Amino acid sequence: MPMVNIAGKEVEVDEEGYLVDLSQWNEDIAKYMAVEEKVDLTENHWEVVNFLREYYAEYQIAPAVRVLTKAIGKKLGPEKGNNKYLYELFPYGPAKQACKIAGLPKPTGCI
Amino acid sequence: MAAAEFDIPEIKETIEVPKIHEGVMAHVKSFPAPKPVQDFMGYPHELGEDWKERAIDKMGDLLGKYRSLKVFLDACVHCGACTDKCHYYLGTSDPKNMPVARQDLMRQVYRRYFTTAGKLFPKLVGAKDLTRETLDEWYSYYHQCSECRRCSVFCPYGIDTAEITMAGREILNHVGIGQKYSNEILGKVQKIGNNLGLPGPALEDTLQGLEEDIEMDTGVPVKLPIDVKGVEVLLVTPSADFFSEPHVESLIGYAKVFHAAGISWTLSSHASEAGNFGLFNGNYETMRKVAMRIRDAALELGVKRIVVGECGHAWRVAYSFWNTLTGIGYGADDPFSIELQKQLDHNYPQPQHICELTNDLINQGKIQVDPSANDDMVVTYHDSCNVARASRMGDMPGGQFIIPRDLIKKVVNNFHNMADDTIYESTFCCGGGGGLLTDDLMEVRVKGALPRVTALNTVVQEHGVNFMATICAICKAQFTKVLPKYGFDMSMVGGIHQLVSKAVKLDAPKQAD
Repeated sequence: MPMVNIAGKEVEVDEEGYLVDLSQWNEDIAKYMAVEEKVDLTENHWEVVNFLREYYAEYQIAPAVRVLTKAIGKKLGPEKGNNKYLYELFPYGPAKQACKIAGLPKPTGCI
Repeated sequence: MAAAEFDIPEIKETIEVPKIHEGVMAHVKSFPAPKPVQDFMGYPHELGEDWKERAIDKMGDLLGKYRSLKVFLDACVHCGACTDKCHYYLGTSDPKNMPVARQDLMRQVYRRYFTTAGKLFPKLVGAKDLTRETLDEWYSYYHQCSECRRCSVFCPYGIDTAEITMAGREILNHVGIGQKYSNEILGKVQKIGNNLGLPGPALEDTLQGLEEDIEMDTGVPVKLPIDVKGVEVLLVTPSADFFSEPHVESLIGYAKVFHAAGISWTLSSHASEAGNFGLFNGNYETMRKVAMRIRDAALELGVKRIVVGECGHAWRVAYSFWNTLTGIGYGADDPFSIELQKQLDHNYPQPQHICELTNDLINQGKIQVDPSANDDMVVTYHDSCNVARASRMGDMPGGQFIIPRDLIKKVVNNFHNMADDTIYESTFCCGGGGGLLTDDLMEVRVKGALPRVTALNTVVQEHGVNFMATICAICKAQFTKVLPKYGFDMSMVGGIHQLVSKAVKLDAPKQAD
């Protein structure tokens, strides 16, 4: 697996750039991943990233898209609690792109 | 993402057969499975020195087990009928994506090692040694086949390239080159219960959230029960139905149907996945292990019926293979099969497709629907390959084409079929089936979707179609991702039960049984 140096720290990522060891995650890594994904991180992006990390810590999986949209709607206002808004933030798809930035493993399956 | 840039094909007025461009897709290489994934599956994770012997031995083993494979490798006369039938050839123009060429990658090796003429006069009969280059071509081109079986419909001998692809992947796994996407999923489904790796507590939390959503939308407390014993129906559905858009809309639709009909039902955390990627890898034992979870759950929960949600290959495995794989249908005679057969209610098909269940309930007046709820929709239907060409539905020939369309027409007022040569048994694959639904194969997926997108574009232009319904989680995920590349909105694809969900009346009075 390739190693990358992020802000002076050697971290291992998989072929698709997902962090291998979740415990290594920090904000510098998130910023690095975001640049790789061509996403400009705003406060709203961080709301999503932080929610993903909280949810993962509790359930060991990324939240389902509905769970995520509902949580974001509560935090950022109902007009933002929808799939379309999440795709505006993470154009490649919230499930995969936001997980990568949050240091979560990539969800697999028929998604 | 990591995948290389590539040009998006242009949608023409009709599906055109391209001029060949040799080797244009030879660079495609899906990520190989790492050691922990291969270890769990019982495969090596790298080529050993004896890889060639292992490959030939495995091929011999498969030829002995599956007579079909031998017949398919022997029977081809190179007539060419299949050459322009594969969506991957039509979308990529690489001649190795012609079904006959895909078969010949294995056929040339088969002839060299398993036929007298090939052993003695290899050049005369197109027989070739198995080399590392051939093995790499297998890995590349056996992951550019979605095992959709469209070519087999047009082959005068009925040669099924899907079985050759499956055998190719099984041999590759056996020598140590597995595909990361499929094998990782096969690990998760066996360890956690579903392809996504969604643990029980997360699933319960997700279902609770959906119950709240439905009640907020409708004012009716529709439930999504899990692990409830003694109910009538066990529903097995792809785990994407819990996780993704638009899949979740269909899950809500199933729940509303059960609620409206007053049928008690449950999901299972042990079998929280209908999909069975063992089929894609061509490994019978893996397929059986994955299928056994459902039989175990049915016995544990004591249900009377097993219903399968919107998942193409799950339905193929359920309808065509469960009986011999696990005895859920009929025919098996071990004590557990016998117990299950006594337990199941044979007034209903076992297993039954959710579309058949809903369609029957509407026909019998047990639930009411209002198609005008979908009057903003102009709908077409994409036949998913595994439903169309590898299974049936209901009790009449062609039921797998008739029942889904009947059901759609009951819940929407505006429906138009796509062109005849792109639907029913000639349906074009979505481009992401058979274990190809992964980002590292995005070029194959986008290009392979071209024939379907071309047919869709025609009904969009001619009839104003704005929604393509389908009953497969892979089709839904694939189109959500690739339709935007062709300029379509991702929300124009979804399940039939997404339409049912809007039309079904939750407060309708029920008739007695």
